[in-house]
Amino acid sequence: MNPIVRNRQIVNGIVLVTATAATLFSLFWLVWILWTTVSQGAAAFAPSLFTKMTPPPGETGGLLNAFFGSAVMILLAVVIGTPIGVMAGTYLAEFSRGSRVAGVIRFINDILLSAPSIVIGLFVYELVVRQVGHFSGYAGGLALAIILLPVVVRTSDEALRLVPNQVREAALALGLPRWKVTTKVVYRAGSTAIITGILLAVARISGETAPLLFTALNNQYWTANLATPMANVPVVIFQYAMSPYDSWHALAWAGALVVTAFVLTLSIVVRLFFRQRTPR
Amino acid sequence: MLNILGRLRLSMLLAGACLAGAAHAAEITGAGSTFVYPILSKWSDDYNKMNGDRVNYQSIGSGGGIAQIKAATVDFGASDKPLPPEELAAAGLGQFPLVIGGVVPVVHLEGVKPGTMKFTGPVLADIYLGKIKNWNDPAIVQLNPGIKLPNSAITVVHRSDGSGTTFNWVHYLSQVSTDWKAKVGEGTSVQWPAGVGGKGNEGVAAYVNQIPNSIGYVEYAYVIQNKMDYAAVRNSAGKFVLPNAKTFQAAANTADWKNSKDFFLVMTNAPGPDAYPVTATTFAIMYKTPKNAARSAAAIKFFRWALDKGQAQAKALDYVALPPALVKQIETYMTAEIK
Amino acid sequence: MPAVDIETAAAVAGDRGTGAPTLRRRPVAGASTPPGDRLFGWLTASAAYFVLILLLGIAVSMAYGGRLAFETFGWQFITGRDWDAVARKFGAFIPIYGTLVSSAIAMLIAIPTSLGIAIFLAEVAPRWLRGPIGIAVELLAAIPSIIYGMWGLFVFAPVMAKYVEPWLNDHLGPLPILGPLFTGPPIGIGMLTAGIILGIMTIPFIASVMRDVFQAVPPTLRESAFALGATPWEVVRKVTLPYTSSAVVGATFLGLGRALGETMAVTFVLGNAHDFSKSLLMPGNSIAAAIANEFTEADSDIYLSSLIALGFVLFVVTFIVLALAKLMLVRIGRNAGTKG
Repeated sequence: MNPIVRNRQIVNGIVLVTATAATLFSLFWLVWILWTTVSQGAAAFAPSLFTKMTPPPGETGGLLNAFFGSAVMILLAVVIGTPIGVMAGTYLAEFSRGSRVAGVIRFINDILLSAPSIVIGLFVYELVVRQVGHFSGYAGGLALAIILLPVVVRTSDEALRLVPNQVREAALALGLPRWKVTTKVVYRAGSTAIITGILLAVARISGETAPLLFTALNNQYWTANLATPMANVPVVIFQYAMSPYDSWHALAWAGALVVTAFVLTLSIVVRLFFRQRTPR
Repeated sequence: MLNILGRLRLSMLLAGACLAGAAHAAEITGAGSTFVYPILSKWSDDYNKMNGDRVNYQSIGSGGGIAQIKAATVDFGASDKPLPPEELAAAGLGQFPLVIGGVVPVVHLEGVKPGTMKFTGPVLADIYLGKIKNWNDPAIVQLNPGIKLPNSAITVVHRSDGSGTTFNWVHYLSQVSTDWKAKVGEGTSVQWPAGVGGKGNEGVAAYVNQIPNSIGYVEYAYVIQNKMDYAAVRNSAGKFVLPNAKTFQAAANTADWKNSKDFFLVMTNAPGPDAYPVTATTFAIMYKTPKNAARSAAAIKFFRWALDKGQAQAKALDYVALPPALVKQIETYMTAEIK
Repeated sequence: MPAVDIETAAAVAGDRGTGAPTLRRRPVAGASTPPGDRLFGWLTASAAYFVLILLLGIAVSMAYGGRLAFETFGWQFITGRDWDAVARKFGAFIPIYGTLVSSAIAMLIAIPTSLGIAIFLAEVAPRWLRGPIGIAVELLAAIPSIIYGMWGLFVFAPVMAKYVEPWLNDHLGPLPILGPLFTGPPIGIGMLTAGIILGIMTIPFIASVMRDVFQAVPPTLRESAFALGATPWEVVRKVTLPYTSSAVVGATFLGLGRALGETMAVTFVLGNAHDFSKSLLMPGNSIAAAIANEFTEADSDIYLSSLIALGFVLFVVTFIVLALAKLMLVRIGRNAGTKG
């Protein structure tokens, strides 16, 4: 074989092997972290985790109040953040084409996307908690909504821009007003991708600790009153993990396991769902 | 996905059901010191089972507790660092001790058994200043004639986050070392001249356990739970004392509470032959005339119960109960000062 | 309201070829915009402006909260190395340096790995394996950051201390120039550990964008290169990478933005030391970690203000990084016309 060709083949081989190694390298971390969570969390993983409240040290208990509080605040964040996010995405994709303002808003949105979550927690603390005079579930939900918002804006903007023009043109040709075209036709075409975006945003906020500590605080007890401090999983994990007691450590890992499993399941389901409906 | 939506809907239903059935027990919110979080959570649980009141205490750090009570976002704050009477008066606050604990030096040295190492305050200060760099430094060897110390560098471990534990530790070092006082000083977080920082007591304990030839300082409960190698410290009476319930209580007994307005007293370097020198107290801080009198009164009732009946639980979690004389003084204070 | 009129200039740099209509509805005399349209347009526009105002609100409140620190220390706040709560003297040089260095380590790990993953998915993996591997890599982004932190503290740091760092000490320590970076006590926490964890966390962000743009390369280009006898690596190097270069750079900047602001994972393993050290094995600090670690215990106004000012500095750093990323992404629209 020609030595030049052989050299090229060798270089090619080295690169492809390295690329494969890089992929294995990243999967190695995934497996390691998941293994740690599963093996540590399995110890306290029992039905009581979902039926009992957070216990004092040394006693058996669960995280029911924390799971519930997290679910409520995440739901609140979705209820607040989704309409605004989808609307803003609609404006960017449908109504502001080519305007400079749209460029600025997209840019600002991307900064918001990578703003550290503790900063957002502080913002809501000053804006809500200080003004009202107490920690509350709705302050927590609001902080999560601000973290969720830019994700929804970005994904719905992208989703709507992927809807082919012909769809809009056909609907407009039928004499529909613009708003009906958007809500009845374009949204329908982009719905899967928008829902994907919302669920990814939910995945993102489920593990957030920093913005909740100074807004929702946490609660040792079950509460459904949004005007009081509310229990939530990430803060419980944090507090229990930093305590001296083994029973609390075990609960912290079990909570971590549930959060990770929830987020991972959500991500996988969303991706499978999304891939199925929209061929690349 | 349907599943998730279904679950959320179910939670909403549950929420509605619960709102309807909520009892009219008092809901008290407190926040602050991480040190008292376990015992307050235990007391709260027992108290709740007894009379239905719900005391929700969350550990956000002593500084956070002070900031939140000043902002009136909580019914009581808890801090490992007492506020001076002037500061309390300016904000209309009162404070009293809740429970005693200690900050303990821990070492990780091959072949050294728990409780055998001995330190003096100045030696600890010099280690944390980075002046004593090696375990076979004459200053350490002289204090520990029976122990074979390795010729290896000391890795100093301190807290990475601001904390009341740090406050008590450096407060002690400032009292016994003029050098420390001049160069570093005291506070909840200081500019450490040497070493590495672990997050929380748990982080420091993890590092001391992981790093050979290291020294750190943690709350007593972490020493017991993690079975760490603690050391004796020489107190102001010149005696080497080990950290335990007895020596902590001795410090609380000999500390001069009687003459401390608003219990403004840090117990470090307390007099008395048996007093452990880095004994610490956590203080509850409350408004003297609170916005919400009902909740504040319920909180006071809870604290009275805890000081009176909560000793056994405290002991089980490696805390030390306040001496009876001090409890009496606190009860008088609560009656007189806090509405 | 002009926004309601569908004034759409298609094919603006950076926009996709598909998407909104190229219709132009000129205001015709007598035919005004339907009220529903006006309302809907107004609604969406106000939502979009709300996002704008929200960020400005956060940035302004940070700047306002930090003004005491900026007034007191001036430029010293950026360049000063002291962070002394007792003496009430604050300079953010160490956290800024730590943020940049740990993020740089993260990029050194994440960029080559992501490139490798993208090449693997494009040129090596059989078709049936691409989907699952792609999802698995993206799952790294789904793990909550507190779990990275706990894993880092309890599992990864001991491994670093026991195996990796002594090896670095022995083998890289004696080298000239590079040596000082890798000498120091093998304690498991510090810049290197934090950087590695940040790197793992950023891989999915960069890798997924790279994979997407690699797939966007027109097949005809690749096929012609293959027809000329190019090896897969040569196709990547000579066709795919030049074609997608700006998007690849943009993706790394987005990943960098994420690394700069990461809080929880870093707080556990960085060590929060306000000392300057050349060694990557020594503990350092980062802006986000300093805020998270110290905010709860800040006991003086100037201390609190300095921490909030740190938050503002992070905004500025993120702003600059993202602006660079956007410039790169816009250039692609001009140069190659792939997805931006």
